[in-house]
Amino acid sequence: MQRFILTRVFQALITLWILSIAVFLSVKLTGDPAVYMLGPEQGRIEYEMMRKKLGLDRPVVVQYWDFLTDILRGDFGKSHFLERPAREVLLERLPATIQLAVAAFFLAIIVGVPLGILSAVKRDSVFDNFGKLFATMGIATPNFWIAIMLILLFGAILGWLPTYGRGGIDHFILPAFVLGWSAMAGMVRLGRSSMLEVLDSEYVKFARVKGLAEKMVVWKHALKNAVIPLLTFSGLTLAGLLNGSVAVEVVFAWPGIGRLMLQGIHTRDFPIVQATVMASGVFYIVSALMVDILYAYVNPRIRYE
Amino acid sequence: MAATGSIQPGTMDRILQLPGRAIKMRLPWIPFTILTVLLVCTVFAPVLTSYDPGKSSILDSRTPPAQSWEHPLGTDVLGKDVLTRLIYGARTAMFISLVALGFGAFVGSALGLIAGYKGGLVDAIIMRGADAALGFPTVLVAMIIVTILGAGIQNIILAVVLTVWARFARMIRGDVLGIKELDFVTFAKIAGLSTPMIIIRHVFPNTINTLMVVTSLMVGQVILLEASLSFLGLGLPPGAPAWGIMVSEGKDEILNVWWLSLFPGVAITVVVLAFNFFGDWLRDTLDPKLRRT
Repeated sequence: MQRFILTRVFQALITLWILSIAVFLSVKLTGDPAVYMLGPEQGRIEYEMMRKKLGLDRPVVVQYWDFLTDILRGDFGKSHFLERPAREVLLERLPATIQLAVAAFFLAIIVGVPLGILSAVKRDSVFDNFGKLFATMGIATPNFWIAIMLILLFGAILGWLPTYGRGGIDHFILPAFVLGWSAMAGMVRLGRSSMLEVLDSEYVKFARVKGLAEKMVVWKHALKNAVIPLLTFSGLTLAGLLNGSVAVEVVFAWPGIGRLMLQGIHTRDFPIVQATVMASGVFYIVSALMVDILYAYVNPRIRYE
Repeated sequence: MAATGSIQPGTMDRILQLPGRAIKMRLPWIPFTILTVLLVCTVFAPVLTSYDPGKSSILDSRTPPAQSWEHPLGTDVLGKDVLTRLIYGARTAMFISLVALGFGAFVGSALGLIAGYKGGLVDAIIMRGADAALGFPTVLVAMIIVTILGAGIQNIILAVVLTVWARFARMIRGDVLGIKELDFVTFAKIAGLSTPMIIIRHVFPNTINTLMVVTSLMVGQVILLEASLSFLGLGLPPGAPAWGIMVSEGKDEILNVWWLSLFPGVAITVVVLAFNFFGDWLRDTLDPKLRRT
């Protein structure tokens, strides 16, 4: 188990390192910062001096090393556009994104898992039909569109819920639902199929033959094993949430890092882009790592592969 | 002879009999019809509508749908016909997803074939790369690309290729691991064929089933991805006829011009659903084994 954890942590660090190279190169390849800072009408000497001042005259490897030590200290440089350190802006925006992701994650689990399990247990019932419909729609409907339609319905027409910005609990309902939407559908689909598979297994048949009450069979014997694939899926879900959060934050004017990242790209504000991409990457890699370890804990077979 | 001779019995027959069997089998008529309409829109867009998707006419701006025969689905803020833009949007969606999927499938299956056939270190390197590509949130990848290269259609395609190749590589590699143990591969080796020759003529034809199934199952996802990138303004320029862009054009004035966002969203959903159902059907028909994965 320890060896498994160590290997996974090592892999995660490698992935982070690759990400840091990608981010470093993405800035290198976009253009010469000295030109940006000086503007077009400066002469050769000013240009060389600016390059020296910014450290651009040194070998790329040295520049990368500086970049790496800087981001390890959490120093991403100063945002050109907001004229504040990128770290400060990032830390200010981070809680909003994490809160929304957590809300969406739990919403997906609370709604998706029971619906999927119920859909399998009460096969071909109303539940099952609803579950199947929901699962199919969830992977086919773009979340930004759902968001706009819900704003139209609940915000503009009915006026029940706030549709933009951060605030009380009611501000969370629409964004969290939209962000969790496809994850929810995934949970329903996977919960249903894994429960159906388990219900068809030998030991469940045996438990039934033994004369155990159906409730015991389903909730005590089958459920435990049906939940294992859902656990892995929840890791993928976090990645999905990160993917979706940019669009959701844009539509709901949610002051999180997804929107910040997009603003950074549109204004070519590289410190902001670096900070947000690195933060998203860390968030994603760490959550994937945690899920893997948790999974190995629950399912001993994995550890020895 | 060599190419078809080494295919597992039945594979080629199954593909050839597909049209005939399709009629006998329960063909998914609704998805089929939708995809046909989509194809017609893609190919004959200029014939189907007399409007230019980019031409604005301020006098007709913000016409709600179902008000006149000239603009059955209404017009946008600049007076551009929504139906026309939807039809041209089909073109954009199909073009981007097919080109991106084509490249992704090509790169992915080539790498999957090599990884599966060679094994060892090559396999390990390619598959770790695939893990990394699958592991990274697509939008993040797209954003890094757009930061480096700027927004544009070729960069959307690149972003999609970078994320889809890994799926192909993984599935094809799995197939190859089984195929390379079969007798005809051994015979080909004994006959003295070079490795590239064995891979191209004897191993690859047996993976075509998987390739077709994975492709058809991926189309829907790629269309969704393209739509979200366009929606975020990371792809085509503003005003271009892409469904994602059309949805975003309506979002700021949703109560006044609700139809601008509604119709393209419906188009995306319906098309993605159709591709998903079609992919499921193709998988069940060609390769029932895959159902479990």
